[in-house]
Order: sequence, then C-alpha cells, then structure tokens
Amino acid sequence: MEAFTAHTGRAVPLRRSNVDTDQIIPAHWLKKVTRDGFEDGLFEAWRKDENFVLNRPERKGATVLVAGPDFGTGSSREHAVWALQNYGFKTVISSRFADIFRGNSLKNGLLTVVLDQKVVDALWELTEADPTAEITVDLESRQVRAEGITADFELDENARWRLLNGLDDISLTLQNEADIATYEVARPTFKPRTINA
Amino acid sequence: MGRTLAEKVWDDHVVRRAEGEPDLLFIDLHLLHEVTSPQAFDGLRQAGRRVRRLDLTIATEDHNTPTLDIDKPIADPVSRAQLETLRKNCAEFGVRLHPLGDVEQGVVHVVGPQLGLTQPGTTVVCGDSHTSTHGAFGALAFGIGTSQVEHVLATQTLPMARPKTMAITIDGELPDGVTAKDLILAIIARIGTGGGQGYILEYRGSAIEKLSMEARMTICNMSIEAGARAGMIAPDETTFDYLKGRDHAPQGEDWDAAVAYWKTLRTDDDAVFDAEVVIEAAELAPFVTWGTNPGQGAPLSANVPDPASYEDASERNAAEKALEYMGLTAGQPLREIDVDTVFVGSCTNGRIEDLRNAAAILDGRKVADGVRMLVVPGSVRVALQAVEEGLDKVFTAAGAEWRHAGCSMCLGMNPDQLAPGERSASTSNRNFEGRQGKGGRTHLVSPQVAAATAVLGHLASPADLSDARTPAGV
Repeated sequence: MEAFTAHTGRAVPLRRSNVDTDQIIPAHWLKKVTRDGFEDGLFEAWRKDENFVLNRPERKGATVLVAGPDFGTGSSREHAVWALQNYGFKTVISSRFADIFRGNSLKNGLLTVVLDQKVVDALWELTEADPTAEITVDLESRQVRAEGITADFELDENARWRLLNGLDDISLTLQNEADIATYEVARPTFKPRTINA
Repeated sequence: MGRTLAEKVWDDHVVRRAEGEPDLLFIDLHLLHEVTSPQAFDGLRQAGRRVRRLDLTIATEDHNTPTLDIDKPIADPVSRAQLETLRKNCAEFGVRLHPLGDVEQGVVHVVGPQLGLTQPGTTVVCGDSHTSTHGAFGALAFGIGTSQVEHVLATQTLPMARPKTMAITIDGELPDGVTAKDLILAIIARIGTGGGQGYILEYRGSAIEKLSMEARMTICNMSIEAGARAGMIAPDETTFDYLKGRDHAPQGEDWDAAVAYWKTLRTDDDAVFDAEVVIEAAELAPFVTWGTNPGQGAPLSANVPDPASYEDASERNAAEKALEYMGLTAGQPLREIDVDTVFVGSCTNGRIEDLRNAAAILDGRKVADGVRMLVVPGSVRVALQAVEEGLDKVFTAAGAEWRHAGCSMCLGMNPDQLAPGERSASTSNRNFEGRQGKGGRTHLVSPQVAAATAVLGHLASPADLSDARTPAGV
C-alpha cells in the first residue's frame, strides 16, 4: 500500500447523499479481474450527463472528492475504491461513510476523512465558488485546511500509523503467527469444516 | 456485567488483543465467489503465500452465472473469463468449489446455510455485503472487501475494531400477510440507511422468536441496508432443528457439545446495548420501496411522499432525485404504480419458503398481460426441492419463467436485466439507480407482494386479489 502523509489538491464537490457503491462503479465493471482500469467506470451513469460535476473542464485533475453523507453504502465491492483511485482521487471527505467502504479505502491508501456536515457545506461553497481552490488533507496533524477553513478530523491511531507508513496488513498479522497457531489448537472439534477429514 | 450475544461470539474469536490495536479475530468460515476473489488470489501468488485453512474455505459461482442455457458455454466472454479465473484459482490453491452445473451451486449465502456450514457462534466472512445473512444462526458474519479476502485466505484472521451493539426488539404478532421482508423494510425505513452504521444489530423479541430460519435469514440479510456491520439472532430450538442432519452439522458427541455451547449464546439479562429500537409487530403492514435506497419505503397503502415534507435538506434533496429517477409523482398511491417486470429470487428471498409463498398466490392465477415474471431459485438444491413440490409447474402455468439458480436480476451481472425505463417489483435487496440494469427502476417487495403484483400488474398485496382463481388445469 502507498503511504499517505498529506495531500493538497483541487476538489470535486458532489452534492449527493447515499452515494452507493453501485453508483461509484456499476456491477458490469466487476467482471474485470485486475485492480486497475476502472477509471472510466467511475460514476458511469451520472457521467452520461454532460453537466455532471465530474465532466466540467474546471474539475479536470481534481484529487479531493467532497461528498454528501452516507458515502459508499451498499455492496462491499473494493472496486469502488480502485475506481476512485484509478481516476486520480487521493482522498474523500464526507460527514458519514459506510463501514465496509471505509475499511476498504483505508486498506488501499485512499484516505476517507469524516468532517461535520457544516464543514462539508463550507467546502462545497468554497470549491463551487472557486474551482481552483485547493484543499489540504494532512494526516500527520489530522487536519483539513482550505481558504478560511480549518477542521480537525479523527482517525484511530492504528489506522493512521498503517497509512502513514504504507504498511501491509497481512505482513503485520503474520508477525502474530504463534498466537494464530495457539488459537487453532484450542478450537473445539465441533466447529464446521468444508472438507471432511 | 453481562454480555450481549455479539460480544460473546466476538470474545470467543479473539486471537490477539493489544492496547491501541484492533482485535485479531479468528474466522471459522470463509465463503468465496467469482467477483471479489480474483485480485485476492493474485495477491497471494505475488507474495508466494498459500491458503492457510482450506478446510474452512469454500467457493461457488453465483453473481455472473446465466439462468438459461447453463449447459452451453457462457455467452458473455468477460463473465466466462471471470468464472474460469475462479476455477483456475481454486484448482491451483486447492479450494473446494461448486461451479455452475454442480448440485451444490447457488447464491453463496443460500449455499452456506443449506450445507450446514453456517452454525451458531461461528465467525463467517465473504467478499459480499450480504454475508450478514448468516447472522440468522447467531453467527457473527461480516461482508468484507477484496483486501480482507486476501487477508483471510493468508491468515484465517481479520483485524477488526469491535463494533457497538444495537438491540432491535420486535414484540407481538405480525399481522396476517406481513412477512419478514416487510419487517426489515420497515426497520430500515425507521432507522435509515446509516442508522446501523458502526453497530452489530441483534433482532430479538417474541415476533422474531416465532420466525422460521429462512425468514430470519431474510431479516439479517438486509442488515447491511441499514448500514450495520452485521445482524444477529440468538440461536434456539428452531435453529438447532434446521441444522440437525445437514451435511456439515456436527454429529454424535460433537452435536451434543455444540448444542450445549450454542445454548449459551444469548444476550445476558443484565447486558447493556449501546442503542435500542423497539417496534410493535402488530403495527406493521406490507411494505414497499418507492425510492432509490432501501430506506425510502412505505406501507403499500400509502402514497408516494412529497419531498417538501422532509425537514432535513439532504433527505429532501435525495427524495427529489429519487422521484425523478423513479418517474413518480408525489401523492401518487403506491398501489397505482404499474410494473412490467417481477423478480422472485436473490439471497434475500430465493429460498424454498419464499418460492412456496409466491407459488401459493400464483396457483390458479395468471401473470398479467405485459408483465414478465422471473423466478430464480437461490440454489440448485432449492430448485430441486421446488420441482419435487411441483412449484415450477405452478409458476410456468401462471406464465412466469422458471430459471436456473444464481444472483440473476438482483444485480444484473448476467443477462437478466431491466431495460432503461423498465420497472420491477423485486424480492431482492437494493433499489439503487441502475442496480437491475441501466435506467431500470426497482421497488423492493416480499415474495407475496411480488406474486400479487405480477397478477394485477401494479403494486399489490395478496389481500387485493379478491377474484376467484381459475381452477387448476383450465
């Protein structure tokens, strides 16, 4: 996983709530067996409308998505995270994320930042009025900064440490191999097995 | 202080607990399918890792599989390639696989329980959000992403922060004609699509205790639509009866030891939930969705709501966008909404009782002119059982299409899709924009409402079917 320390970039204000992962990447894209090449599927249905915010020329190259509440609901498809990253987004800001989406994003180095809806409103107003306005998301100081806006955000220390260092979860877990082996030995015999011994 | 059901199962699976770290949980059962596993197997290969516990892992094919002509090569080359990738990966790593054409193939969340693999007090994961289904057995079951699929394949564990707990208590008797699907749709409408966020839900109360295992699965299945991390129901005699004798259920002394353990899996009287919701069963009615998320639902007797009636700006905005997408007008009676497609199936409502419930209403009746009805059993075993009971003949005599098992029109990854502008009454779990096909419009309903809707051509409940049935064979 790529490390995330801080990022500054222009924003895409997405004034929608309940943006489910079917909207982020429709199901027919899920037939691909790679982690890349999903950028053209990102918000595919909405992008058919030329006025959709992502289609506007002034949003080209933007890297910070500022979305309404309950972003990433629905399907557990990690392809939603890959699509956002493949398109070029480094971070997503919302007042509330769906749990599975948030877990997936943090495992891929896409920083999901939870801010109060009032701050999200202020970021929308700022970046709609001035598309060149930049937003800084600083994971080291756990702070979001933009013109006239400074807001602290929370992220648990363990997740932050893994992101800052770009650490691979599996390697970390395998350091506890002895604990796993001990647990396995003590498991009751009545637990189900998919392969009958 | 006592512990909740969720806390008991969680505590029994902690491999490692350390200050400032998420708990490392052992995973008892890992279910795989073709869509969310290819990149995980690639990761294993790149790191030179193996599958740690092949005996706790099982795969099937469901999302992409066609429901017609399954003996022929799959027409869509991309779908075919994805299924072939799963077969190649399972062969290479040694994972048990039930592919298309196998008698144990089906929707992954139907297959696990029917094999007896889903058991009380186990941890179950799958790269699919509807893994919450398995919570009906008092299992702790989470939908996970592909990175976590790889993690479980490699380590048989997952690092997870412990969610909070929410009790959803439903006491009393469900009125006639009100089903588990109506109940869960009403719960989601009440707490919202984000209401369960960060929580494990425990459904409890006398109305829940009276439900069959299949009805309990319908409820737990849609916990994710309320944003919850998982949903659970305490195991009881109904659970034990369902499991006894199944292929992978414990036997002999193991059965007795298992039941003794399972009986401890109840929330203690003095346990405290982080949140509680109480619902009176008697107040419920057949429920349908009108919008584009599962929280946008109402009793069938209601009208399409007026977005202006929402105080919250974000909800108002969402309702306006939903009505525009759905092609509905505020104030329109829900019963007057015409549909052209009816879908019975999915991990929510594709089990044998669901098919029986739909068939009981269609028996001696006809699907309305201009309505296409698809019946897709959740698994090959469900299909075989339905055929044995003659349900397939009831469906085809009524003019419905009887198909092969799979996820089908729930998400339209296979050819079963809505065309732009088409409208369905669907027993599935998501009414998102384009979920069942680009531009398609979905109303979520119970199997009974689906069947009545198919007969009348507009959203309807069985109580609306006052006409006499055509005697069978006429």
